[in-house]
Amino acid sequence: MIRSLLSADPPGSRLLAASLLAVLVGLALAPFVFPGARSLDVAARVAVFVLLAASYDLLLGYTGIVSFAHTMFFGIGGYGIGIAAASWGSGWGSLAAGSLAALACSAAIAFAVGLLSLRVRAIFFAMITLAVAAFFQILASQMSWLTGGEDGLNFNLPSVLSPGTKLVAAPVLGIDLNGRVLSYYLVFGCALALFLVLLRIVNSPFGRVLLAIRENEFRAEALGYRTVVYRTVANCLGALAATCAGLLYALWLRYTGPATTLSFDIMIDILLMVVIGGMGTMYGAVLGATIFVLAESYLRDLLRLASDATHGVPLLPALLHPDRWLLWLGVLFVVCVYYFPHGIVGRLRARRP
Amino acid sequence: MPEPMLALSGVNTRIGQYHILQGVAFEVPRGGLTMLLGRNGAGKTTCLRTIMGLWRASAGSVRVEGRDTTRLPTPELARLGVAYVPENMGIFAGLTVRENMLLAARAGPPDEKRLEWVFGLFPALRKFWNALAGNLSGGQKQMLAVARAIIEPRRLLLVDEPTKGLAPAIVANMIEAFRELKRTDTTILVVEQNFQFATSLGDSVAVMDSGRIVHTGAMADLAADEGLQQRLLGLSLDAHQ
Repeated sequence: MIRSLLSADPPGSRLLAASLLAVLVGLALAPFVFPGARSLDVAARVAVFVLLAASYDLLLGYTGIVSFAHTMFFGIGGYGIGIAAASWGSGWGSLAAGSLAALACSAAIAFAVGLLSLRVRAIFFAMITLAVAAFFQILASQMSWLTGGEDGLNFNLPSVLSPGTKLVAAPVLGIDLNGRVLSYYLVFGCALALFLVLLRIVNSPFGRVLLAIRENEFRAEALGYRTVVYRTVANCLGALAATCAGLLYALWLRYTGPATTLSFDIMIDILLMVVIGGMGTMYGAVLGATIFVLAESYLRDLLRLASDATHGVPLLPALLHPDRWLLWLGVLFVVCVYYFPHGIVGRLRARRP
Repeated sequence: MPEPMLALSGVNTRIGQYHILQGVAFEVPRGGLTMLLGRNGAGKTTCLRTIMGLWRASAGSVRVEGRDTTRLPTPELARLGVAYVPENMGIFAGLTVRENMLLAARAGPPDEKRLEWVFGLFPALRKFWNALAGNLSGGQKQMLAVARAIIEPRRLLLVDEPTKGLAPAIVANMIEAFRELKRTDTTILVVEQNFQFATSLGDSVAVMDSGRIVHTGAMADLAADEGLQQRLLGLSLDAHQ
């Protein structure tokens, strides 16, 4: 059963299996184990970014496509649900229509960009995707009548998902089961299901062809595979998964805007998540996204504690000041890349069991 | 006279500023094994890659079973039943032996009998079925490259230097495998530097020099004529036996 769920792609290392299980259990029980709005928000972001990083890994790790337009598809998902909810109301119908429109839009753009650009060399494709993503970001900022411009869009969700809605009268394990918890489980459940779908895709015969293309495009062609078609389909699948991540993120935040979905910083973040976790492993996306989001969320708090603890020691409190968190985040990534050149999953699998 | 399996006529191929193939013309008869010989840099590999559509001919024509395939994309050519074994053990190192083989089985999971036949030719592949192809020895990688090309019946098999860098025992295994392969319907064109391998297997031969075909004929005739070997290939048979 578990083997089938994992598409016959077990973690391959006890430590990796334990780490993945810890992430899964942590996310599944987050509302009960880590109560509080902030920790629930971190858990939801982990779930969304695992999906987003996994969808990027399908392109980068499995197909060898370097795309900088991935956040554009993430943004299309966010804006799809945001525009629909802001324009047509907060019903399930408008959310479904916005989601379908976003998915159709992403598929069409990914297909066009892929078909027109995947014939060219990787560096040119990367440049084209960068230009398209920048164009889309400017478009979202300029068309303020539709997208809310730089301010973005706030919108309401169906009442069952609102924090004020109590699903069960009495607290369960000390936690009020309200619409916010339901929203969290909606995000977590969808992200988990889509991650398993991606895992199934990369372990299918289609995924095997993608790996072959990544390794040697000419050899794959000589075996009879139209590499442009496979790369275009992979591009569309990656884009659709990123759009779903965008939909879930907007659903969780009840807001969408350029900074939360379209920013180039997010593109760099997901690139780091994939590289740190391990390219071409899918499980790498889980560990990479979890470590990244946790570091981004709690590094400042840890630095504050460290700074207070070293009070009186020369230089250290200033170096460990919470405002230096980006510096330490950078150091953390340099250390990760130095010690895990094939990513964390690559290192763990190399020293199996 | 029956139509040849493969016919090249006036084929020119340029790679960047280099004019590699300069009017290559020869035929590969159906059913047998043809050797394409020549010194290093004569254009043999370019010739195979041009036939396979991996490099485009700037002039001339390539015909497979009478059909003009000069402009046909490589995947289409593969679908016509033309298989290509690149030089330097052209396998997918990041995939397992099993995955490499499944990748080549375009019509679906390989037929059990066919797979057993392939295992009979290359027993090491059964042993390392689930091993990462990148971890195999050089000889095993070459076996996998050939096995991958024949996992399904092919009309024409193009093989680039199958014995390059292999130990004598593996070369002997490879010769036996090609002998077995010759008993099937597959027509084979092999680029080779190992003259002993060529004489052991070749039915016909084409010799290239400086991007042109300078000799075609029966392999047995070339094997018997030491003077011709000296003139065409710059070698003496003694040095290769």
